[in-house]
Amino acid sequence: MSGNNVQKAAERAHYPLFIPFIMAGDPDQETTVDLALKLEEAGAHILELGIPYSDPLADGPLLQRSASRALQSGMSLRRALELIPVMRERGLTIPVIAFTYYNPVLQMGEQHFFDQIKENGGDGALIPDLPYEESRDIHRLAGERGLVNISLAAPTSGNRIEKIAAEAEGFLYCVSSLGVTGTRDNFPPEAYSFIEKVKRNSSVPVAAGFGISNPSQVKSLEGVCDGVIVGSAIMKKVEENLERLQNPEEKSSALDAVKSFVSSLISS
Amino acid sequence: MKTMYPDEKGRYGNFGGKFVPETLMYALEELEEALDEAMQDPAFVDEYHRTLREYAGRPTALTYAERITKHFGGASIYLKREDLLHTGAHKLNNAIGQALLAGRMGKKKIVAETGAGQHGVATATVCAAMGLECKVFMGEEDTRRQELNVFRMELLGAEVVPVTSGSKTLKDATNEAIRYWVANVEDTFYLIGSVVGPHPYPRMVRDFQRIIGDETKEQMAEKTGKLPDAVAACVGGGSNAIGMFHPFLEDDVKLFGAEAAGEGTHTEKHAATINKGTKGVIHGSLTYLIQDENGQIIEPYSISAGLDYPGIGPEHAHLAESGRVTYTGVTDKEALDALTLLTKKEGILPAVETAHALHLAFQQAAEMSKEQTIVICLSGRGDKDVHSIKEFMEREA
Repeated sequence: MSGNNVQKAAERAHYPLFIPFIMAGDPDQETTVDLALKLEEAGAHILELGIPYSDPLADGPLLQRSASRALQSGMSLRRALELIPVMRERGLTIPVIAFTYYNPVLQMGEQHFFDQIKENGGDGALIPDLPYEESRDIHRLAGERGLVNISLAAPTSGNRIEKIAAEAEGFLYCVSSLGVTGTRDNFPPEAYSFIEKVKRNSSVPVAAGFGISNPSQVKSLEGVCDGVIVGSAIMKKVEENLERLQNPEEKSSALDAVKSFVSSLISS
Repeated sequence: MKTMYPDEKGRYGNFGGKFVPETLMYALEELEEALDEAMQDPAFVDEYHRTLREYAGRPTALTYAERITKHFGGASIYLKREDLLHTGAHKLNNAIGQALLAGRMGKKKIVAETGAGQHGVATATVCAAMGLECKVFMGEEDTRRQELNVFRMELLGAEVVPVTSGSKTLKDATNEAIRYWVANVEDTFYLIGSVVGPHPYPRMVRDFQRIIGDETKEQMAEKTGKLPDAVAACVGGGSNAIGMFHPFLEDDVKLFGAEAAGEGTHTEKHAATINKGTKGVIHGSLTYLIQDENGQIIEPYSISAGLDYPGIGPEHAHLAESGRVTYTGVTDKEALDALTLLTKKEGILPAVETAHALHLAFQQAAEMSKEQTIVICLSGRGDKDVHSIKEFMEREA
């Protein structure tokens, strides 16, 4: 199963395996491409390309706002996937995973969705509202194309962890704490034992996400899991720099602000 | 045989299921286990029925609407009076069932969503009566349309949280309630108000609402000695309708669901999920929904805050696909005309939601013979709607 690009990249990485999330189309397509390249420059190993959705159940206010801005800019699942070849053309080499809620996939058609990922040079998908029981076909469709479907484990997974881990490919996304996405200052102590348990059960690298926003959190997970997924904290930087990102004269320094934040997380 | 669903994955034919983040899967499994165990425990079932009888006022009356029947000159029209239930709508049946279950599971905190406010009021009511903590998410737009219900909930000791995300209505209130539940899943019970959401919610809510149809069947047998020829109900998420329809599914009874056509299904302003929607996932369930070609959910429109939901219970989606139930769109205007007629002829002011079923049933009754009967689920009373009815009439005049 480790024939896929995502797992190779994840296994090659030294701690922290760093997986940033950016919302396609927030604030516009060009910026999304620019950000992807900056993230690779900063040392990201795998990119999660977020597809905006009208009803993002697992997301907190920050990513909800980000999705609304992206939808207003005209972003859709199809357009987001078409950004991948643009990124590749400009030199992006790290694997790209499409992060999307299930409904847009269903409208596009599951087969067509994976065909489009493949054709556009993407490497896999992550569908947060498609639990283990409903993801049989998705895993198969991804596997047939040499792509991965990323599995998630949550603190409430309990004895589900084993079967989730057994199916995981690429890397295993460990939801660090209950609740929606968004930055948290620290994790509850039980988060570490949960993440350790997932790590023990997993044969693929384990990355923790949800709430990671500062270098000390990243440092505290060293030895517990293999890496981190950071989304809201990055999109918060984007939100803080919205106007500058859309102003040609200030864009470059705004992108650098995002990059230096990410670098500080990676080098922690 | 038709009622052998949902299957173990929570599917009703091609619809239903559990499309939720992994964090909630354990809670849904725990709920399903507790529900199955409770429903097989005669003590629990007795307590549910006793509470319905002694607290909520069941059985509700079945009223023969004589003057309306004469007016249309067709089938005899009967009204199943859920408007007479405590708090004024069918919602309480379900709220009582789920709150009893929450208590049994040891959960003291209840979270709910509400559109028109009827489910919020029902939930706040049972929480007050059972000493549970209650938080109700309600779209900001709906808190304005249903100001009095907000006050009622607060009076009952509930915290009403206005939701400002998305289009600020029922869909968004449901999103927010689910998000809150995800964060507090260990000690909080999500008391959903309709036959929507992930499995086992659609089944649970149906089973707590089927008392409507069960009573109707008995009462019709007493009054007429037979089954009705037809039954009609309004459909938003679809809980009063499924409660009414379910006991009749195997019988030779025509079933009609009225969905909100708003300003007309030829316009963009409607909530006719079954007639105009396509298959998709909303709030954890695969069903019909109103969405664009990219799978983004579109905010529906109806004069009624209780029907403007972009999805529909998965069992209704299945019953529509199988052809067992006929679902028809009814416009704002048609609904309000029916509402006015019933009020003037029978002295019963129905909810605007219910008025959609009235229009559809009146049309059917007019075409049926005098020997036939039709029952309408009078799902709620219209006091809460007086403001918006007045506004609409002034606009139309």
